[in-house]
Amino acid sequence: MIRRFREKIDPNTFLLLITITLFVLMYIAGILIFRDKHFGRVQVFLNLFISNGGLIVAAVSMTMVLISGGIDISIGSVVAMTCMLLAWMMEKQNIGIIPAIIVVLIIGVIFGFFQGLLIAYLKIQPFIVTLAGMFFARGMTAIISTDMISIKNEAFLKIANAKLYFPFGGYVNRSGDIVYPYIYPSVVIGLVVLLLMFFVLKYSKFGRSIYAVGGNEQSALLLGLNVRLTKLKVYVLNGFFAALAGFVFCLNTSGGFVEQAKGFEMEAIASSVIGGTLLTGGVGNVIGSIFGVLIKGTIETFITFQGTLSSWWTKIVIAALLCFFIVLQSILGSSKDKKGKISKDH
Amino acid sequence: MKIKSILRNISRHSMFFPITCLIIVLVINLIKTPTFFHVSINNGVLYGYIIDILNRASELVILAIGMTLVVACSGGTDISVGAVSAVAGAITIYLLVGPMSSGDYRMPYVLAILLGLLGAVLCGMFNGFLIARLKIQPMVATLILYTAGRGIAQVITQGFIIYVRKEEFKYLGNFIPGIPVPTPIIIATIVLILTNLLLKKTALGLYIQTVGVNRRAAKLVGLNSSLFIFLVYAFSGLCAGISGMIITSRVYSIDANNAGLNIELDAILAVAIGGNRLDGGKFSLAGSIVGAITIQALTTTLYAMKVTADQLPVYKAIVVVFIVVIQSSEFKRYIGKLLSRITKHGDRKQVEV
Repeated sequence: MIRRFREKIDPNTFLLLITITLFVLMYIAGILIFRDKHFGRVQVFLNLFISNGGLIVAAVSMTMVLISGGIDISIGSVVAMTCMLLAWMMEKQNIGIIPAIIVVLIIGVIFGFFQGLLIAYLKIQPFIVTLAGMFFARGMTAIISTDMISIKNEAFLKIANAKLYFPFGGYVNRSGDIVYPYIYPSVVIGLVVLLLMFFVLKYSKFGRSIYAVGGNEQSALLLGLNVRLTKLKVYVLNGFFAALAGFVFCLNTSGGFVEQAKGFEMEAIASSVIGGTLLTGGVGNVIGSIFGVLIKGTIETFITFQGTLSSWWTKIVIAALLCFFIVLQSILGSSKDKKGKISKDH
Repeated sequence: MKIKSILRNISRHSMFFPITCLIIVLVINLIKTPTFFHVSINNGVLYGYIIDILNRASELVILAIGMTLVVACSGGTDISVGAVSAVAGAITIYLLVGPMSSGDYRMPYVLAILLGLLGAVLCGMFNGFLIARLKIQPMVATLILYTAGRGIAQVITQGFIIYVRKEEFKYLGNFIPGIPVPTPIIIATIVLILTNLLLKKTALGLYIQTVGVNRRAAKLVGLNSSLFIFLVYAFSGLCAGISGMIITSRVYSIDANNAGLNIELDAILAVAIGGNRLDGGKFSLAGSIVGAITIQALTTTLYAMKVTADQLPVYKAIVVVFIVVIQSSEFKRYIGKLLSRITKHGDRKQVEV
């Protein structure tokens, strides 16, 4: 029966459906298990977004890179570098918040441009280039400062802690006041990026050429697409988003230190893959990636609510989920091969 | 004319690039420290800069041997080696002394080492299964253990740094009494000789290259390509395990967060400096080993120049980018075009390869 169902819808929608079902099941399980700890409150759900604002931006960007057939593992280090640079500029150099943000975004774009140049025009494997980028950015973080810098800039903290209340969904607390659920501006940035990339990928010429290039580079070239330029644009945009993710991440942590955002790239890749993006390129969408982020957030919430498990279990569970989805993709992919629709052998 | 052709032959030799790199680093060191090549015997053990570099390069040499075969056979890299080293070290030390630092062994030393190595091989086999059987890109498949590995090691050590307070445990990473050569150098040499014998005395080396050049063609000729890829990753796991033993023995403790940290980049770098193509096919173990020693020499030099461990990755990343750019065939093509434009009568045929 499952097979007949699978034949009717295409494998990618199937993957997305599995992801959404998994998230819903996990959430319902959470509500049932942690009933006495108010898991069901709207705020707990919104906290998934609040604690993962940076990851939303990074996962959306990673999805775009994966669709183009590449990968970027430097994103975590760039986030750390951005946080450190922001903190250093605002605290040690007394630069205002607006110029500081502009500087880090420009640095992100330049970083992305160099990586894109090496990948698109010199045809070096994206993994090797971004691996070098990862170590470079992490080392630069240490060169800026080996000590932790906390941000005390008032304007920055004002943005970071501005609660945007919802007019509904509140509950009455012990002293009888109504507490409405809220989000931070970081969530808004994440959701804006999500919507923007959803439309860019779905409707713009640039977005469609990313799918074409990732799906089959040779065909894209024969169709008259500028493959190299498309790839370069992808990495430049990715560099910009990486820096933006860093800024959003910084809004949450309000500081910079060398070991920050370690394994962040893995979380972004995992979110994309869990959301149904194929690592071979050409397939994926950002809506799925959001569910990937939410699943990761739910696992973390489980571990905090449970109280006795240590935080490295999150990484193990995420890696296990990632493994599960990669294997699933591989099985679905090979069943496609047998039907002769797509041949993945090079 | 004859000298010119000899020079040309030398510069085209596969070992030209790695040896040039090593010589550059060594000469820089010799200028900075004139006593660089002095080797003396202190307290019955060899002592000197060169010995120190060779000693510290040992685990990298072992990893580079595994990585060379992985790159040659599958055209991908194994980035989980650092994490797997930590897992192997964690298993062995946990089995030996339990979750608390101690000086008493709970089980035979050799057995604990073997079980630690077994754990590492299992990790390698897991990678191999994903890559050979399920045909997942090597880098992505090994990314799973790259992240989960340190988590697993943390779970084994329960988040503690466990020390082994026993003199015999330090032998592997330092000196065995009565032998002047540091043990890691001996282990690395043994691994190298055994691997080389295995590759040269059997057809294994040839098979690995064949699979690396063209997986489908190798299959059509009758080679079980998947099996070779699987074995190569299992072997890489074993190498990671052996270097994990040396790393933990050096500091007679296991710190799941820091054991073998960033060593995977060094191993990939060693393979790249060694003149091996990163997309599979022909390989040279000797090149990788010269590469590994070059990197250790570079690291030691940078430390001597007051670069901290945190900042080191910047310089290494620059070296990696420099090397892969030089080796990239596209780059050679651009340079060729540029040169022919400058000289204007450039040989077109030679340019458009």
